[in-house]
Amino acid sequence: MISITDVTKRFPGGQEALRSLTMHIDKGEMVFVTGHSGAGKSTLLRLIALIERPTSGQVVVDGQNLRRVSRRRIPHYRRQIGMVFQDHRLLYDRPVFDNVALPLVIAGVGHREAARKVRASLDQVGLLHKERQHPETLSTGEQQRVGIARAIVSRPKLLIADEPTGNLDPDLSLEVMRIFRRFNEVGVTLLIASHDIALIDQLGCRRIALENGTLAADEEDDIVAEYAPGAMYGREEDPWR
Amino acid sequence: MKPTPDALLPSKSSGPLAAWAIRHLSTLIGSLGRLARQPGATLMTVMVIAVTLALPAAMHLVVKNARAMSGNWENALDFSMYLKPGVSLGDAERLRALIAQRADVEQVQLISADEALAEFKAQSGFGSAIDYLAENPLPHTLVVRPAPTNTEASVVLLNEELANLPQTDFVQVDTEWVQRFLAILDIVQRAIGIGAVLLGAAIIIIIGNTIRLDIENRRDEIEVTKLIGASNAFVRRPFLYSGLWYGLGGGLLALALVGYGLYALQPAVARLSGLYGGGFELLSLGLRESLGIVAVGVLLGLSGSWLAAARHMRRIEPR
Repeated sequence: MISITDVTKRFPGGQEALRSLTMHIDKGEMVFVTGHSGAGKSTLLRLIALIERPTSGQVVVDGQNLRRVSRRRIPHYRRQIGMVFQDHRLLYDRPVFDNVALPLVIAGVGHREAARKVRASLDQVGLLHKERQHPETLSTGEQQRVGIARAIVSRPKLLIADEPTGNLDPDLSLEVMRIFRRFNEVGVTLLIASHDIALIDQLGCRRIALENGTLAADEEDDIVAEYAPGAMYGREEDPWR
Repeated sequence: MKPTPDALLPSKSSGPLAAWAIRHLSTLIGSLGRLARQPGATLMTVMVIAVTLALPAAMHLVVKNARAMSGNWENALDFSMYLKPGVSLGDAERLRALIAQRADVEQVQLISADEALAEFKAQSGFGSAIDYLAENPLPHTLVVRPAPTNTEASVVLLNEELANLPQTDFVQVDTEWVQRFLAILDIVQRAIGIGAVLLGAAIIIIIGNTIRLDIENRRDEIEVTKLIGASNAFVRRPFLYSGLWYGLGGGLLALALVGYGLYALQPAVARLSGLYGGGFELLSLGLRESLGIVAVGVLLGLSGSWLAAARHMRRIEPR
């Protein structure tokens, strides 16, 4: 799904955020990127989201070489991936429903179909009853779940999240991770940047550790039985429904 | 588990064109709603545009009315032939009959010195003061109306011939001032045209600046929308529609302003018309002119917002 080959990102100031990074993520994986702030986690995600372009090297996402995605095609490319941000990045002048519907509006999805997808998406994050509320009336955890609902509403194959639990307490963080896990089960590839090692240890997923812009460790973890699929939320039904 | 089959089906909708229209319509109404939520600021902008549009429109109307007023006189290129003081009333009448036979003359009217004095007494306001005059200082006058078949050159020729008659003191072309007046109106109209272009540029700048501020205020929103995959065209659209609404509102309000101005002038014009024996009515803006003003407003609004949006939208990229 994501193939990064010998990627270096050097900023105009001269500091290198990534140095000759090479890594691969298969379809359907759920991968955490860890590391101290400044290790290059965010830069990596920004390269995948085409907010930045690498100084050298090659990034291929779902078969598309990002070097060949022209400036004009960036919007179209971004519609294929879901993005979750630490600061939610919601639009505070409109209700939850409209926030979640935005990617569908951009993609030109018909009204009725959009409404159905928005509700399905809000149901996924347990906020269906709050669709008419404005984001500022919600708690931070709920706002983050709205952000997640927006990221998944157009059912992307790839979801990237930059410190999605950065502002949340441990309980809410675990809740958010469970939601992510559920998407992973239906085939969504997830790449999550986080420095919350304790939380990641509980989940037991593949971990890629970055240090000074290079790969420090890449370890496959056994799935902890307690959080194995199904055991986590005690239901087997299709979360997309 | 795999995604449900319906997630893989193409989205069904009632045709791409209908979807496109609905999308634009909802943006159109959305941007109107946004403007309505800030009624004060919106009204200020609309008023500035309205006044700027109303100014040349009103000036145009002034010229149009002046032209219509002079138009009533333009066809009557009458000569006034003032006869020499020694010419008797009988001679004047014989001369009248003679000139009236000419092919290039439609009709000749004799105004005797006594009639002229009586009219002068009635209309000048000097009244009985004129009774103190020892004798009538006015000559007999023939008012000659050339036949409509005359060309400009033949009228000049006729004028010269009549002026050279031994009984003629001098000939005055009553409508010379109309020609001069029309020439002045031409200049005024051109000046208004130039002014209108400058004011149009002002409207583009005003709307462009308003939209620019709006874009700056909604910078975060634009960034987020672009992150989610919105194209430049998508984020530009609501701003273009704002410009359209400003222009439309300004155009309509300009029409109202001009209409109110006409209404306020009506009594004064009626009085003037009464003094001249009636027959003159103030012309208002025609349907085409009104539509033209609104269309110009919309066009300027769109251009202003387009310039601002095109300039600033590219610069706002997600960080």
